[in-house]
Amino acid sequence: MPDKPDRNAIEVVNVSKIFGSGEGQVAALDTVSVSIRENEFFTLLGPSGCGKTTLLRLIAGFDFPTAGEILLYGQDIAPLPPFKRPVNTVFQSYALFPHMTVADNIGFGLEMLGKPKAEIKARVAEMLKLVKMEALAGRRTSQISGGQQQRVALARALAPQPKVLLLDEPLSALDYKLRKEMQIELKRLQHETGITFIFVTHDQEEALTMSDRIAVMSSGKILQVGSPWDIYDKPAERFVADFIGETNFLTAAISEIANGKARATLKSGATIEATVAQGFQPKPNATVVVRPEHAKLTKAKGELSGTVDNIVYFGTDTHVHVHLDSGELFTVRQQNTRSAGCGFEKGDAVGILIGSDAAQVLKD
Amino acid sequence: MAKNFSIKHQPGFTAIAATCFIVLYLPIIVLVIYAFNAASSTSEWGGFSLKWFQSAWQNTQVVDATLRSFQIGSIAAVLSTIFATMAALATTRTAPYPGLTFKYAAINQPLMVPEIVTGVALLIFFSRIKIFTGYSGIGYLVAAHTAFCIPFAYLPIRARLENMDLTLERAAADLYATPWKAFRRITLPLLWPGILAGLMLAFVISLDDVVITEFVKSGGQDTLPTYMLGQIRRGITPEINAISTAFLLLSVAIVTLFFFVSRKRD
Repeated sequence: MPDKPDRNAIEVVNVSKIFGSGEGQVAALDTVSVSIRENEFFTLLGPSGCGKTTLLRLIAGFDFPTAGEILLYGQDIAPLPPFKRPVNTVFQSYALFPHMTVADNIGFGLEMLGKPKAEIKARVAEMLKLVKMEALAGRRTSQISGGQQQRVALARALAPQPKVLLLDEPLSALDYKLRKEMQIELKRLQHETGITFIFVTHDQEEALTMSDRIAVMSSGKILQVGSPWDIYDKPAERFVADFIGETNFLTAAISEIANGKARATLKSGATIEATVAQGFQPKPNATVVVRPEHAKLTKAKGELSGTVDNIVYFGTDTHVHVHLDSGELFTVRQQNTRSAGCGFEKGDAVGILIGSDAAQVLKD
Repeated sequence: MAKNFSIKHQPGFTAIAATCFIVLYLPIIVLVIYAFNAASSTSEWGGFSLKWFQSAWQNTQVVDATLRSFQIGSIAAVLSTIFATMAALATTRTAPYPGLTFKYAAINQPLMVPEIVTGVALLIFFSRIKIFTGYSGIGYLVAAHTAFCIPFAYLPIRARLENMDLTLERAAADLYATPWKAFRRITLPLLWPGILAGLMLAFVISLDDVVITEFVKSGGQDTLPTYMLGQIRRGITPEINAISTAFLLLSVAIVTLFFFVSRKRD
């Protein structure tokens, strides 16, 4: 997809954050650069300890970078304290003020900005309506449920109309159903308010369903930035392919690169078409990834062959683990129907069909 | 392993527990009973009477000493709580650094140094100041009480600060509150029960002090405890029991209040 000529809300330029000193030094962020566009739902995705929360804290101002710049609409905000940044945060623990009512919590930011009482009152009412909490305005925050607290935390952070809203794993404390509801709710809020959202999560499914763009992070670095579709279907690195969803890794020789496509010769001798990144050079020992749902099992011959090792039923679909003749393992995901069985049994000799647009070559 | 091990089922548990309670409370119970003695003896019962309470109430020396105790106690409690709050903020709202443990120890110094040592040291120190300034008022007692009350006020305040979610202050800063506003609007209201608890504890500790007061006080500056000590040297009447009983009631009331205040959440 071509880049839209949008303005950048946040530009992170060569930012490093080093904790400790001397021997015990740890680089939580290692020369990270990323641009986040205006009015975008941007997600920082990675396992715990990858630096995503550190990056969020630097943007919020709770910590200061060791090196680099953080630009908010072109102005370097890295040295400013948090109360001077037009950026608000939804905390993982919500951090609602327990000695105040729901309405007072929501109005706090505006009050600190010195807005007139009437304006605060109107804005709080508007926010309560936005998050559907009008009925509970006068309650203490300890008297409302986790999901309601979540809504109040959102309303409180949105009330001062920040230029960017930061969300630090805000859904992690909610149960599955509520989390699904809030995912949709968050998308709606982002759409209605038109505010740039930067969302931190370790949940790849959450990232894929909500984001306009995702940055995948690992060990203090950003590995890949792209749309959910890019990240899922065109992972550039092994870590990204492995972290997002399930995938099959196959060794292949890459040749005949042209127009982003290449010929991949698998260990079985079969050749398939695979997508490559720009600038990739032919190589005898590359890794190709194929998602389990992009391959098909057949009783006839396919690009790969092997024996069924295990069959796992998941309700919506069935995973068939195949031991390939080449020694590698391969998983195929089949959509289930109501008629019984997946058509294969443990120990069956099977072929695997890989579609023409199913394979992606990794950079390493 | 014995199933469901419980200390309650050990042989002799009831006997030991009962003995402990008797040793702890019997003398106090005896003291309270004889406060209501109609006779002038603290060992022979002469019928029920409130006359010793009345006599204490009309004794100007007792009233004078009580008022002085309250005066010193309240000023010292307020001052030490202010210092303790500042110390607690400074020692909890910071990343741990080498020397922090030493600072805890320094703040808690009055808990570790024997009172008699502090008493003698202050006596010598203040006598020098008296010579220089000529001032011999109640200020010395207030200063001394403030100093040794600080750790007692510090402990509950620090405990509450340590349990407080730091994210709340961060959230306030995120919502445009300057550090001072965040303190006044978020930290202080949430810390308030801890501060009150510290204040009450400091007041009780000050009210109760004998050793340091005895060394520091000038003539005519008796507090209630030093007055009682002085009276006992001259022979005891149930009036002392009556004063002690009133004192006990006050302490119990304050400590009970302290318990409820420090238990209160949010």
